[in-house]
Amino acid sequence: MQKHVVVIYPHPDDESFGCSGTITQFRKEGIPVTYLCGTLGEMGRNMGSPFFANRETLPEIRKQELLDACSVLDVQVEMLGYRDKTIEFESRDEIAEHIKTYLEQIKPSLVITHYPGEAVHPDHDAMGAAAIEAVRKMNPEDRPVLWAQAITNDRYEKLGNPDVVRDVQDVFDTKMKAIESHRSQFEGMLNKFKQSPEFLGKNKDALERFYYEEFYTWKFE
Amino acid sequence: MKAIQMEEVQQALDSFANKEVYVHLETTNGAYAKHFDKNAYNVGAFIRNAKVSFSRAKIVGAESTYRIGLKMEMGWIYAEGVSDWELNDEGQLLLAGHDAQGRLMVALQISDKPFRY
Repeated sequence: MQKHVVVIYPHPDDESFGCSGTITQFRKEGIPVTYLCGTLGEMGRNMGSPFFANRETLPEIRKQELLDACSVLDVQVEMLGYRDKTIEFESRDEIAEHIKTYLEQIKPSLVITHYPGEAVHPDHDAMGAAAIEAVRKMNPEDRPVLWAQAITNDRYEKLGNPDVVRDVQDVFDTKMKAIESHRSQFEGMLNKFKQSPEFLGKNKDALERFYYEEFYTWKFE
Repeated sequence: MKAIQMEEVQQALDSFANKEVYVHLETTNGAYAKHFDKNAYNVGAFIRNAKVSFSRAKIVGAESTYRIGLKMEMGWIYAEGVSDWELNDEGQLLLAGHDAQGRLMVALQISDKPFRY
């Protein structure tokens, strides 16, 4: 049984699309979950469908959506204040030190982040790398378990099968409610999943790909 | 934002001429383009809070979308595919082009004060 779970992703909605089923299952067991959200997704291109946001209003809208989703998921959220699309250009070491201050305070038993190099969006790769570096910097005996999430289309060929596969169908309603909290984002993203030539035929229903959440347990040297 | 009215946008553009202004210019097809279609190619560029001044600005119609050119002393600022506009509460001129799903494809914004960074 986990004591406290920390989720580290760069954007509002990564938590809902990525691991909200797992989060919900942990919360049902009474385990505290904290989301460290790197940016406000300021540079997102989904503006709602039909669009209701613009480049200048998007940050505040997405901040509220993040708070709404975290309320649905019943998790604490900390906004780290980086800027969308720029994480890979910042100092990885500084971000890692920043993340480490939260980890030392929260003392999680489990950290969930993106698998660097296998997470499609440059912010995902960079935030995942910084999160892993933050855990690596801790005393080995204090380190939490770390689950890295890969989302590239060829992840199985490159990494093999994930060792953690969680069936989240029992909390699927909550997961969809969290996703739909991101009103400016979810329709555009779901349509992309439905129309993608890379995904057609892989799942009968585009939503079925959200039934399972997969992670690779990170091995430190 | 609302659909562009050329005369109103031209007037707004003119109000920023011949003084120091801050420009946000971007275009993108999204960070996931290649993820969703392996034949696609991710492209994007943005510059935020470029401090410039221009002597002339013009919007030119191309059916439902428009092109805008800003003439500077030593060069140009250009955007194509712009369809919607807004002059927001802070007096910032926002111009953008969206696809059928409402996704932003291009943006050109002009302000007297820096945009939030």
